[in-house]
Amino acid sequence: MDLLDLLLSAGLWATVLRIATPLIFGTLGELLCERAGVLNLGIEGIMTLGALVGWLSVYQGCDLWTGVMLAACAGMAAGLLQGLLTVPLGLSQHVTGIGVTLLCTSLSYYVYRLALPQTTTPPSIAPFAPFGDGALADLPVIGGVLAQQTPLTMVALCAVVAIAWLLYRTPLGLAIRMVGENPAAADAQGISVTAVRMGAVMAGSALMAVGGAFLTLSAFNAFFFNMIGGRGWICIALVVFASWRPGKALFGALLFALFDALQTRLQQGGDSGIPYQVYLMAPYVLSIVALVVMSRRAAYPQALMIPFRKGER
Amino acid sequence: MRLERRESVPAWASVAAPLAAVAAALILCALLVAASGAPVLKAFATLFTGGFGSRFAIGETLTRATPLILTGLAAAVAFRAKLWNIGAEGQLYLGALAAVALGSGPLALPAWALLPVVMLGAALAGGLALLGPALLKTRFGVDEVVTTLLLNFIVLLFVSMMLEGPMKDPMAMGWPQSAAMLPEAELPRLVARSRIHAGLLIAVALAGLVWLLKSRTIWGFEMRALGANPRAAAFAGVPVGKVVLRVALLSGGLAGLAGACEVAGRAGYLTLDMSPGYGYSGIVIAMLAQLNPLGVIAAAVMVAGVFVGADAMSRAVGVPNYIADVLVAVSLLCMLTAMLFTRYRLRRG
Repeated sequence: MDLLDLLLSAGLWATVLRIATPLIFGTLGELLCERAGVLNLGIEGIMTLGALVGWLSVYQGCDLWTGVMLAACAGMAAGLLQGLLTVPLGLSQHVTGIGVTLLCTSLSYYVYRLALPQTTTPPSIAPFAPFGDGALADLPVIGGVLAQQTPLTMVALCAVVAIAWLLYRTPLGLAIRMVGENPAAADAQGISVTAVRMGAVMAGSALMAVGGAFLTLSAFNAFFFNMIGGRGWICIALVVFASWRPGKALFGALLFALFDALQTRLQQGGDSGIPYQVYLMAPYVLSIVALVVMSRRAAYPQALMIPFRKGER
Repeated sequence: MRLERRESVPAWASVAAPLAAVAAALILCALLVAASGAPVLKAFATLFTGGFGSRFAIGETLTRATPLILTGLAAAVAFRAKLWNIGAEGQLYLGALAAVALGSGPLALPAWALLPVVMLGAALAGGLALLGPALLKTRFGVDEVVTTLLLNFIVLLFVSMMLEGPMKDPMAMGWPQSAAMLPEAELPRLVARSRIHAGLLIAVALAGLVWLLKSRTIWGFEMRALGANPRAAAFAGVPVGKVVLRVALLSGGLAGLAGACEVAGRAGYLTLDMSPGYGYSGIVIAMLAQLNPLGVIAAAVMVAGVFVGADAMSRAVGVPNYIADVLVAVSLLCMLTAMLFTRYRLRRG
């Protein structure tokens, strides 16, 4: 198929939006944590946990939205753990993050095996249905794309606006940005650095978990091992790419998803002589390139990864 | 409540902290075992006997510990210099790939020279894999955590590409697997009727060498100075960029050797599922050992025993063997917390 035709097809953009959804959730969640000064490397594990909890609760008979809420709660609990270790205790955010990822991933697999001891084919649930024909499908231009989406994608898009509004238009957002830039100054203003950071990490982790739950409740209908498959790490790169701004995070996630969707189509397009692994590598290579390009003008939150202890420098 | 830095770390605390951490991890995991409905004490007893309780168990544990010692060392030397190398998994696979590339036939070398060349080649491959992220860190200020992590995926896909393409063994019935190592390029078995191989000796010797390097040489001093306070180290004339690159070559090289020892000592050829996350476990082991190279040996044997024992436990009492990963992850988090409380004390007010 001609590349231009492909780029103009609603099918491609519907796929892009679907692939982008977990990245949007994850990137927004990580962005919120980092804006408050905490690098949350637990993201890969927290997304796995969200995927499992969302799926398992629906499998046990909850309805889909309850599954999403429970996944968010599980993410919040993991965020509480990551927050407790890094904020009041001030442990190395790198190492605790890896620990939280290992813990959440292995715990998810353990619980999955407990729930289903002997199955080889993962049982499925009835996931969120696409909107299909209706008011959305009648919209000009984007109608065809939106009709194929599920409610969680809309939630992701709304979350972009909500996080941007929170960060730049509310006193709480100012407090979050302040504890990420200059916690001592925030403290002098009477802001509790600990409380704001804990809150940001927990809320951010909840978003990540919903991103994971999207995979089991919307994109697929079952839980698989290695389901997240590095999406969490890509989100961390996307946050840098987005220079810690929600709008750019949306743009970055869509760009990545476009790339991913194109590589799938190119791969299916016949034997090009290029091994399929090259296509699969591309998003990771692109992430590193993006990091290098953006790092020149990266405006890291100044207190990122630096624990704050009152009265200690 | 607030944390207050202790003036000095009491000696008893640095011994008690790891023990307390492991005890806490065992108690937390006991809850999970209980949740599976298995008898907790019997489960832990089979975990222990499965890992250490017989000649066979000890052999399996030491075989499993060999790559873990090397990846643990890789993490320990890097973390000591505050180079956050999360990419040992990729470096391990690249080392293994270099080992099979050199050791499966193409080199016309006398037998005594082949094995050293294979090992050096693997170490070099692993070291170069970390050199890239280290250069990006020193030149452009790109965070190495993310780059080394992403490189793991790239390397694994590259290895997959090689094993399905140019390096595929035509005799492997279509499986993506490399050609077998030449017998001269294999590490000899150490003990009859077990899989313990000479890689264990290499790993233990390297732990000793790294300890000497760290505590007895200028290079080691510079690495530690960089880790303790980069700005002070730079001010004191430590060539920061050079030291980072040196640490990168050493750390990546150790991880690459872990891969070489696996193919040359245990498997004999390379497949994509050779490592069940040895690179990531290395991080845990380094932390459990408090970044001490000699402690890495003990921590690696313990973690290997947990993994080997968990398989036995899973068969005996039906607890999913993922409990081993949970136990290791919980131990890591408990250990980090315990280490904090050796340096700080909790004060009211």
